[in-house]
Amino acid sequence: MKQGILWRVAIVLLVLCASAYVMLPDMLSVPRLKEGEQPQGLARFLPNTRVNLGLDLLGGIHLTLGVDMEKAIEANLSQVGQELLAEASRKGLLITAPQLAGERLEFVLTVPGKQEEFEELLKQKFHSLAFEVPKTLANGRLRYSLALTELERQRFTDSTLDQALSTIRNRIDQFGVAEPDVRKQQDGRIVVQLPGMDDSNRAIGIIGKTAHLEFRLVVDPATTKGPTEQLPYVGSRGDEAKGAPRFITVEKEVSLTGDHIENAVVGSAQYGDYEVAISFDRRGSELFGRLTEANLQRNLAIVLDGKVHSAPVIQAKLTDNASITGNFTLEEATDLALVLRAGSLPAPVKVLEERSVGPSLGQESITQGVTAALVGGAIVMLFMMVYYGFSGVIANFMLLFDVLLILAGMALFGATLTLPGIAGIVLTIGMAVDANVLVFERIREEMRRMSPLEAIEAGFSRATLAIVDSNLTTIIAAVILYQFGTGPIRGFAVTLTLGIIASMFTAIFVSRVIFTIWMRKPGRKLSI
Amino acid sequence: MGLYLIKNDLNIDFVGKRKIAYVLSVLIIAAGILTMVLTGGPKYGIDFAGGATAQVRFAEPVSDEVLKTSLNGAGLPGLVIQRFGDDSRTYLLRISVGEESSSGVTESIAGALRQHMAGKEFEIQRVEMVGPKVGADLRSKALEAMFYATLITAIYISGRFEYRWMSATIMAAVLGGGMFALGAFGVNKVLLVFLALGCTVVLCWRLKLVFALGAVVSIVHDVLITVGVFAMLGKEFDLTIIAALLTIVGYSLNDTIIVYDRIRENLRNNEDQPLSVVINQSINQTLSRTILTSGTTLMVISALLLFGGGIIFDFSLVMFIGVLVGTASSMFVASPILLAMGDDVVSHAHIGVDERPRDTDGRVAGQV
Repeated sequence: MKQGILWRVAIVLLVLCASAYVMLPDMLSVPRLKEGEQPQGLARFLPNTRVNLGLDLLGGIHLTLGVDMEKAIEANLSQVGQELLAEASRKGLLITAPQLAGERLEFVLTVPGKQEEFEELLKQKFHSLAFEVPKTLANGRLRYSLALTELERQRFTDSTLDQALSTIRNRIDQFGVAEPDVRKQQDGRIVVQLPGMDDSNRAIGIIGKTAHLEFRLVVDPATTKGPTEQLPYVGSRGDEAKGAPRFITVEKEVSLTGDHIENAVVGSAQYGDYEVAISFDRRGSELFGRLTEANLQRNLAIVLDGKVHSAPVIQAKLTDNASITGNFTLEEATDLALVLRAGSLPAPVKVLEERSVGPSLGQESITQGVTAALVGGAIVMLFMMVYYGFSGVIANFMLLFDVLLILAGMALFGATLTLPGIAGIVLTIGMAVDANVLVFERIREEMRRMSPLEAIEAGFSRATLAIVDSNLTTIIAAVILYQFGTGPIRGFAVTLTLGIIASMFTAIFVSRVIFTIWMRKPGRKLSI
Repeated sequence: MGLYLIKNDLNIDFVGKRKIAYVLSVLIIAAGILTMVLTGGPKYGIDFAGGATAQVRFAEPVSDEVLKTSLNGAGLPGLVIQRFGDDSRTYLLRISVGEESSSGVTESIAGALRQHMAGKEFEIQRVEMVGPKVGADLRSKALEAMFYATLITAIYISGRFEYRWMSATIMAAVLGGGMFALGAFGVNKVLLVFLALGCTVVLCWRLKLVFALGAVVSIVHDVLITVGVFAMLGKEFDLTIIAALLTIVGYSLNDTIIVYDRIRENLRNNEDQPLSVVINQSINQTLSRTILTSGTTLMVISALLLFGGGIIFDFSLVMFIGVLVGTASSMFVASPILLAMGDDVVSHAHIGVDERPRDTDGRVAGQV
C-alpha cells in the first residue's frame, strides 16, 4: 500500500489534468473547429472537444420520418409493368395492360400457345419479378399475378431509403442549417435533427415535399381515346375570378419528369406572385424540345406532386427553360426552387414524430437545470461537511471532481447534454456521496475496534466490493435505458452512467489516496 | 468530529415487523391498481398514446376559462388544455393526431390561437408530436426494457451472492428467448412481460435463487407502488417517466445489495445464529448508511422538483417516490423475504460454497 502511494498520486493528478485539459475549450468558450478548418491562436493548443448541447437545451427541431415504401414499390412495379407491356408487344406476345393489386402486378396473356415464349422473356429480362405459375382462363388465356422477388424487394427498399436520405441531406445542406444531423434508423425510418431552427412548418415543408415534377399534355376528355387522369388544379391567384376549372384532364402518360432539371430559381410573376424558373440539362432540353415541337398549340400541364400548377399553351418550340407558376409567396417559391434543385424524393415521406423546442425555452431549461444542480449540490455538500467534518470536506472535493469527470467524459466521447442529462448529473451528485458514506460509515464502525489508520485501510477495503455491487445494478439499468431511449433520455443514461463510474473512481481510489497522505503524519486525528 | 444520526447499538426488529410492512405494501399496490382500473388503464402521455402537445406562452396572463371557451370552437381535435407552471401565462395544449394529419401540427395550433385569441401575443415554445404507430411501438419497447433490466439484475444478484451464475444465466436465457420467440409470433407484449415476470419469480423460487428472488420481488414491489402512487396523483406516463422507473429498478437495489452484502458477511462470521437474527443485525448495521444516502439523494431530487422546471417535474416526482419506496423496501421487504423459504435454503452451507480464491487468512481476494 505505502510503496504504491507515489504511483497513486501520479494517476490521480494525471486524470485530473487530463479532464481539465479536455474541458478547457468549453471553459474558455473557444468555438468548435469546422471540418478542415485550421486552428488559430489559442485553439492550436487546445483539443477540439466540446460538450454538445441537445436540441431540448439549444432549441431546434427533431423529426422522425417514415418513407412510404408501399407507394414506392407500387410506383416501381407500375414502371416494370409498362416495360413488360412494351417488350411483350414488340415480340407479338399480346398481354393486357398490367394492373396493380397491392404489391402485385396482374395481367393476362391473351395469345394461346405462347406460354413458353413469354415465360422465357420474363426470366431473361424481368428477373426482378418472382415467377409464379399462371392460372388458366377460358380460351387458353393465362392470368399472371407477379410480385417482386424477396431479394429485389429488399434491394429496392434499401436503395429507396438511401436515396431519400441523400435527397433530404441535400435539401438541408442547401437550406443552410448549422450542424444538422440526418441519419437512418434500423427500422427504415429517418431521423433529422436541426439545431437552432424554430419554424417546424417550413422545415417539414422542405424536407417532406416529394417534389415530383411532371409535364403532361392536357386532353379533352370527350374526344380522346388513350388513358387519361383527372388532376386537381391549384392555379394562380387571379384564376378563380376567371372561373377556372377545379380539375384538369391530362394524359396518363408522363411526357417528361423533373429528373432532368439542372437549376431552379425564383422569379416574379403577375399579380405579385412568385414563380420558379427551371432549366433542363442536355438530355432534358432535347426531350423538352421534341415534346413542345410535336405539340404546338396544345396545353401542357405542369404537375407537381399530383397537382396541376399551370397548363399554358405551347406557343413555340422550347428547349431549356420552363417556369412553374401558381400562387406562391416568396418563401414558398424559394423553398420550391431549393427542393427542385436538390432533387425529388423517391417516395412520399410521413412525419412520424416531431419534437421542437424554441430557443427561449432551451435557455430557460439550462438556467433551471443549473439552478437545481447548484442548490442540490450546495445542500449535499453542507450536509456532508456538518456530518463528517474534515472527511466530509474531502468527500465534497470528490463530488466536484465527479462533476468535472462527467463533463470531461461527455466532451471526450462527443456525448450530448440534455435536460434529463442535467437531471442525471444532479441525481448522481446525490448518489455519488453514497460511495463515500459507505466508506466513512465503515471506518467509523472499524474505529471502535482499531486505530484510525487501520480503520481507514479496513473501511476502504471492506466497502469497495459493496460499492461496486450496488452501483453496477444502476449501471445495468442505465445501459438498458440507453438502448431503449431516444435523444434526451439517452442523455440521462449517459450522465447517470458516467456519474456512477466517476463516483466509484473518486470514492474508492482518489479519496483513499488523500486519506493515506493525510494520515501519514504521526499523531494526526481523524475527523469523521 | 462528525455527528451521529443513528446510535451504534440500535436494534430495531425489522423482521418482526415485516407482516405489517407486507400488508401496507399490498394495500398501496391494490389501491394503485384499483385507481388505474377505475380510470380505464394508466393515463398515457403523447409518447405512448400518440398525439401532439404544444407549450404556449402568452405575453399577458390569460385565464383558463377564457382560453377554454375561445378555443372550443377552433376545430382542434380532442383538445385538452392544461396549465403549465404557476403563472397563468403558460399552457399545454394537447390535441390528437391521425395517421394523415401528423404534419403541420404547429401551424394548426398557431392558426387557431391567432384566430380565436385575437390580440393576445403568444409564443409556441415547444411542440411534441408522436404518430399513433410510434406511440404503440414505444409502449411495448418500454415494458420490455423494464423486464430485461429486472432479469439481468436478477442474474447479477444470483451470480454475486450465490455464485450460481450458470443457473441464473440459463434461466434468463430461457425467459429472454421465450419472450423473443412468442413476441415474434405476435403475442401481446404487455401480457408477455407480466407472464415472464411471474415465471421469473416462480423459477427463482424453484431454483432456490433466494437473493435473486428477493431482488426481483423488491423491484416489482417498488415499481408497482411508484406507478400506483403516480397514477393516484392523476399524472400521465411518458418516456421520461419510464426513464425514471428504470433508474428506480437500478437504484432500489442499491440499498438492497448493501444489506445483502452485510447479511452474507455476517452469515459467514456467525455460523450458528438464526437467519432472522442475522438479517435484523445486518439491517441495523447498515441503517445509518441507508438513511444518509437516501437522504442526500432525496435532497437533490427535491432541488430538481423545486428548481428544475416543469419539463422534468414529473420525472423528479417519480424519482422521489421511487427512492422513498426503494429504501423502505430494502429494509422491510427484500431482506425479510429471504426468510420466506426457511432457514435452510439460505443455509450457511449454501453461502459457504464460495470457492473464490482465498488468501492464507481465508479472506476472499479484494476483501480484508
